[in-house]
Amino acid sequence: MTTRATPATRSDPPLRRLAAWLHERPRLRLAALLAAPVAWLVLLYLGSLVVLFLNSFWLRDEFTGLVSRTFSLDNFVEILTGPLYRTVLLRTAGMAIAVTLTTGVLAFPIAYYMARVASPRTRGFLVVAVLMPLWASYLVKAYSWRLILANDGLLNWLLGPLGLRGPGQSEIGLWLVFTYLWLPYMILPLYAGLERIPHSLLEASADLGGRSWVTFRRVIFPLVIPALAAGSIFTFSLTLGDYVAPSLITTTQFIGNLIYTNFGAPDLPLAAALSLVPLLVMLLYLALARRLGAFESL
Amino acid sequence: MPILGSGRRDPHEERVATLTPQARPSDRADAASPPAVELRHVVKRFEGDVGRRVARSVDAAGGARGAADAVVAVAGIDLEIGDGEFFSMLGPSGSGKTTTLRMIAGFEQPSEGRILLHGEDVTERPPFDRDVNTVFQDYALFPHMTVGDNVAYGLMIRKVPKPERERRVGDALAMVRLSGYERRKPGQLSGGQRQRVALARALVNRPSVLLLDEPLGALDLKLREEMQIELKAIQQEVGITFIYVTHDQEEALTMSDRLAVFSQGRIEQVGSPAEVYERPATPFVAGFVGTSNLLGGAVAETIVGRAGTFTVRPEKIRMGEPDAPAGDDESSALGVVRTVVYLGPDTRYIVALDAGAELVVTEQNLSTSSMEALAAQGRRVRLTWKRQHNFAIGG
Repeated sequence: MTTRATPATRSDPPLRRLAAWLHERPRLRLAALLAAPVAWLVLLYLGSLVVLFLNSFWLRDEFTGLVSRTFSLDNFVEILTGPLYRTVLLRTAGMAIAVTLTTGVLAFPIAYYMARVASPRTRGFLVVAVLMPLWASYLVKAYSWRLILANDGLLNWLLGPLGLRGPGQSEIGLWLVFTYLWLPYMILPLYAGLERIPHSLLEASADLGGRSWVTFRRVIFPLVIPALAAGSIFTFSLTLGDYVAPSLITTTQFIGNLIYTNFGAPDLPLAAALSLVPLLVMLLYLALARRLGAFESL
Repeated sequence: MPILGSGRRDPHEERVATLTPQARPSDRADAASPPAVELRHVVKRFEGDVGRRVARSVDAAGGARGAADAVVAVAGIDLEIGDGEFFSMLGPSGSGKTTTLRMIAGFEQPSEGRILLHGEDVTERPPFDRDVNTVFQDYALFPHMTVGDNVAYGLMIRKVPKPERERRVGDALAMVRLSGYERRKPGQLSGGQRQRVALARALVNRPSVLLLDEPLGALDLKLREEMQIELKAIQQEVGITFIYVTHDQEEALTMSDRLAVFSQGRIEQVGSPAEVYERPATPFVAGFVGTSNLLGGAVAETIVGRAGTFTVRPEKIRMGEPDAPAGDDESSALGVVRTVVYLGPDTRYIVALDAGAELVVTEQNLSTSSMEALAAQGRRVRLTWKRQHNFAIGG
């Protein structure tokens, strides 16, 4: 006789009784499953964000250099009114927008080719080719660009015979580097978004008289807006918060550099307040992206 | 149908004519006006990567095949479809019917042959330069546009002024009984409603030919039967040539003025539903349109009394006691009921003949109950049918 179909009784082995007991309590099972990751998220991730948030309202004593734990909005007033911070903030946001736009423009044809034209074999090769740079060290890539853009670097050596000069270690050079670094993050969601468009929609548009341009503008583009928004979340936020590439490529300051220089000795509360700025900008950006349907595309 | 002297009329033609009350539109069209669609020896081969992909899917479906890297989807088709005709292309999957439709639409380029629309060669023209519209199998409605914008799409591209556009969109939606749905999104509609929007979106452009690629395939049986009647009514109302691809023989028989039966990239037979059903030209047609019931070789000589391959439709056969008499004008055969399939209104009996073949017999359940029908299993029976219902195939 088997006991499989009968309810657990006292004669069953303890493990089976425990299993039966747990089976009746789905919430408890869920709690056991999620306890470790939730603890991690709450303590380390949210915890550090709260500390950051609290820090931004504290002040550093000018004389002693110690942090005084009194509530104050001085840090934010300084960020919003100080000309240095405003300039850097606008410069950083402008860079993030420029990088997002260029990656979008560059990624679209590549993603389109991958999703709609290439044979399955070529497609697989291209996906790996796009992913490959992401496996290489970010620092090494930034350094190699520094060598390319340097005054006596590769780019100027190549352009020299033509009587031209590269952008050098300027903001334009940095824009090139960012575009290179974040391009895969734009290509992949776009590729996924384009692949999801049923081929019959493009045929239907052509069937109803739509030439390629009309089909692109009226059918393809509106349908990949969510994917574009999803990709732009990456390119925008990564540009907004980065401090390594700016400090390696240029001497100009971006938000990341300011946070970095204030973080160590000078002024921890100010650095915390500064960190909240890109966080706030990102929240606004995410709200916008959400309206465009980006989260259904991630 | 050529008009012949009354004395030389084939008796079959009489019956065919009575079975299709309205004259076939292809007959109405006088010789001067060219057919709505004409295919001249059209061949389509899929080669290279595409060929390999198609080969895999087609092989699975048991359809046409060719050399390792090239698949012949359409192997030389000649066809004329008359103006205003409801024409069906019937065949199993992989038989080339959809590829033929896609070549008429312009989504595929024929490897050989020409395609003419109203006498004009459109073989090289892209889809957006052809006066045809398509209703897609998956409807292909634009999900980000409202129903109204979907239907207006073709008119908008052709820059039809807004007041006229709105009027025509309203008319088209009224025709498919979806007035007042302009502002809905396709995602908010049921399958049947989406299907009707797709129909309105194509018809609103008043194309000279409407192509329908298994448009009812995704609907459930009840809705499909309703839509069949509705589609046929709409076609008669607008008078546009409909070319309808389906693998459902019943659908093709009920809706079409004429139909073509496809197999392995070729057309096996073209004719009115009655012609194709009553007088199948090949064993394939006999099997695909209805139940085959083939009698060949020695079996045919014993039962029919002549050499050749013959088919007899299951509903023409009477089943009776072994000693039941057979008339002079009747064929008859003894056998044993091997399987009984109770279908509700009818029962299907599969009878193993003593002579060696198997015949399917369908009988209406006029007075038989399901119990009685099922009890027939294993019983010895005599099958009788009129000699005139023995149709020679390919002869």
